[in-house]
Order: sequence, then C-alpha cells, then structure tokens
Amino acid sequence: MAPIVRITREPLDQTAMDALETAIMHPGAGGLVTFEGIVRDHARGKRVRWLEYEAYPEMAEREMRVIVAEIATRWQTDAIAMVHRVGRLAVGERAVVVRVACAHRAEAFEACRYGIDTLKATVPIWKKEIYEDGEEWVEG
Amino acid sequence: MRVTVRYFAALRELAGRPSEALDMPVGATAGAVRMALASRHPAMAGPLSACAVAVNQAYSDLERTLEDGDELAFLPPLGGG
Repeated sequence: MAPIVRITREPLDQTAMDALETAIMHPGAGGLVTFEGIVRDHARGKRVRWLEYEAYPEMAEREMRVIVAEIATRWQTDAIAMVHRVGRLAVGERAVVVRVACAHRAEAFEACRYGIDTLKATVPIWKKEIYEDGEEWVEG
Repeated sequence: MRVTVRYFAALRELAGRPSEALDMPVGATAGAVRMALASRHPAMAGPLSACAVAVNQAYSDLERTLEDGDELAFLPPLGGG
C-alpha cells in the first residue's frame, strides 16, 4: 500500500475522510490516529470570515513525501495519509488531515504528531485570513 | 542563462503575476537573483529578506550556483496546517 500525499481543492468532507481511512487501513493496524486542522472563526483577536490557502503544489507534495518517508523509517508504517486543501475555505471546514495507522497506539500518536508538526514547518503552504475589515497573510 | 522565478502568497501579490523569467549571467547564485528581484520590484525587498530559498522545488540557499532553466522560488514564512 502506498501512502497518500495530496494537495487538493476538493472539500475534506466525511466521504473524503472515509476514503482515506479505507485506503490506509490494513489488518495489522491496531491504532489509527487522525489530526484534523479546522478553520477557526477568530485569530489574533479578530473575527475571521474565511481563509485562503495557497501552495507551491509540486514542492509541497515533495516535502510531504519526505515527511512520509521519515515516518516510515521511524515508526515502521506506510499507512499514512497527508492531505492539505487549498483555495477558499469556510469556518468549520477541514484544512488539513494527517492520518496514521500503526500496530499500536503509542507509535500512531507519535507519528501523527510528528507528521502535522513537520508539515507546518517545512511544507510550502500559505494562509491568508480575511477579516471584516481587511486581510493578511499569516505565519504559523 | 535564463531562470524562472515562481511567486506565492504575498510575493505573488506584490509581483502581480505567478512567475517571471530572468536573464542572469552564467554562474549566478540564488542570492544574485534575489538582489535582481529587489531592484526590479523595490516593494519586494523587505519581504524577500524573510524568505527561504527553493531551487527546482527543493530547499536550497543563497549561495547555490544556478544553471540555465532552473526554477527558483522565494518562500515567505509558511502558514500551512
């Protein structure tokens, strides 16, 4: 089974989430950990109307593959899905999903945490917050 | 030689376009491209100094010597996740 790495404009709705689970689960997986990053309605004391995400798509997928390879080495699993949305996202929508299945829960939690933390640090994706009275590209 | 610079996020908005081609002397570095961009687009000078450098879709540095046809990007502080 190949890990899933994707930059997409399509919504990460429940159907998409189910498909990711089906794609990575296998009989040896006893622990499945999922991180979902959701668009929040406030930031820096301001009310957020919506977000716009932009990626350097070829490099983003390449950097995501670097992360997946590191997870495979450190936690002995290829059962990984890492998907980030781009485009306009409404409050409440999923922006990013990292799902990792491992034999046991400890490595599944660690690998998932490593995946999202490293994605935020190395994968070239940018976020613009649109407020009632302006907009701003924000870090982090 | 000719290199392509791709712009994203705030730099794309400052450039008013997603990419641009630059003619550079043979042996030019990524740092030389950054200087050329700052002089061509003065509003970019500040933001460029806060950017990471990518060459051919992988992280690199300002000392990197470029080749004809290389693709550069200056990456503003990331905001994914």
